Amino acid sequence: MNSEPLIPHLFRTEYRKIVSVLCRHFGFREIEVAEDIASDTFLVATQAWGIEGPPPNPAGWLYNTAKNKAKNYLHRHSIYEERVLPEVRAGLGEDVAVEIDLTPENITDSQLQMLFAVCHPAISEESQVGLALRVLCGFGIQEIADAFLTTKEVINKRLTRARERLREVDIRIEMPAPAEMDARLGPVLTTLYLLFNEGYYSMSQDHTLRKDVCLEAIRLCTMLIENNATNKPHVNALMAMMCFHASRFDARTDASGALVLYEEQDPDLWNADLIRNGYVFLQSAARGNQVSRYHLEAGIAYWHTQKEDSPEKWSSIVYYYDQLLKLSYSPVAALNRAFALSKWKGKAEAIRETEALALEGNHFYFALLGELYDGIDRQKALENLGKALRLARTAADQQAIRKRIKALS
Amino acid sequence: MEEYLILMRLDLLTKEAQPSPEQMQEYMKQYHHWINGIVEEGKFAGGKGLSTEGKVLKPNNVVTDGPYAETKESLAGFIVIRAESFDDAMRLAAQCPILNGDGNSVEVRKIVSVHEQ
Repeated sequence: MNSEPLIPHLFRTEYRKIVSVLCRHFGFREIEVAEDIASDTFLVATQAWGIEGPPPNPAGWLYNTAKNKAKNYLHRHSIYEERVLPEVRAGLGEDVAVEIDLTPENITDSQLQMLFAVCHPAISEESQVGLALRVLCGFGIQEIADAFLTTKEVINKRLTRARERLREVDIRIEMPAPAEMDARLGPVLTTLYLLFNEGYYSMSQDHTLRKDVCLEAIRLCTMLIENNATNKPHVNALMAMMCFHASRFDARTDASGALVLYEEQDPDLWNADLIRNGYVFLQSAARGNQVSRYHLEAGIAYWHTQKEDSPEKWSSIVYYYDQLLKLSYSPVAALNRAFALSKWKGKAEAIRETEALALEGNHFYFALLGELYDGIDRQKALENLGKALRLARTAADQQAIRKRIKALS
Repeated sequence: MEEYLILMRLDLLTKEAQPSPEQMQEYMKQYHHWINGIVEEGKFAGGKGLSTEGKVLKPNNVVTDGPYAETKESLAGFIVIRAESFDDAMRLAAQCPILNGDGNSVEVRKIVSVHEQ
């Protein structure tokens, strides 16, 4: 029998297509119906393929089954009689045929429009990411719960509230008008950025899951770049940033799954294809004259793909962090800037600038000071690492700090 | 050899209890294993899965939606087997993976044919 995990694979690739197409057909109000039909289709497949074996074209089989279920639903329920039918009759006369369009073109269009519907500022960013993982990436509720380090119940509640809210604001599944495009694209990019970060920096220990989350963010961003209406410079900048970061995926964890710090990574494990692709997107991002936060972060990420340490590398990174901090201040960015500064101008100057930040409640602040004092004042280095250890909350962070303390003692 | 119909009934799932794709993969594998065992004994005569939607017709033009309008159970699939006896049919039916789920059931019925009596 088939040893490939056929159903999880198809669920990941086909569930979202079926949901998007049906949802576009029914309208966003019926998103749960679209999700139910898609889930039900997989249940029927499990049963039928279990008895007879999988069909020669499993995706086509799923589409047909989903189509039949959708037609059945439309005929059975009043939305067809009361809403769809009058509109269709008004437009087309009496000759009504329910045709669910599962052509590749409509699948692509539907998914892109669904992306705009889900990434709507009416719901929280957390909900946008969760809903995107569910309806656009085909993640199971358990997987989403694992990625967010919470329970299925919490995720189910969050998604239900998000769908209700989107219904309240009467969200449509359609492309934004050209005049609205920039305003609507903003939240979409924020969601993709958060989705990527969720995978890249999540505390979840499941590395395969985390990588999948990052690759999904890249896939959704690719959809935006492949459409002329959304292929804007800052979309390319975000894509470049994600490619550059993703290039280090295999280098940043060791065989036991523990995090390998940038300084200790083997550059030969960096993915050259992703770095090259990122560079192409970075060049496309340079069109136009607006500099978004994604441009700056892509610039920082680009210089991190350069293997050799040079004053140019670290001064460029400091420069981009300066611009980023002006655009929107964050303690993490300020600490990262201080680290880059130490590589450029030396530890003494970086210590002065870091201590001026006075981020007393932040364990990264003390961890950085611990690193900077290493080689200058061992006692102060240990003191700072001790404070970092007391503030660190995750086992992985604590373990990394203990390792540093042991090395210094 | 006698023919038997094995009907598999599924307790309709609540949304929260929906299996994950990995679980569905596992169910499918269990089905393959079960059916293959029957095929290897030379006793498999055919079978199909059933979609969940359907209609029920009753006298006086009464039509209800779905087989599950009044019951939580729905027919999920059926197979026909050739078995030496009712006990033999029961033995094969008892290995049906649907029985791993609470509330599910399997019904075994002997098929009677006018040609063989």
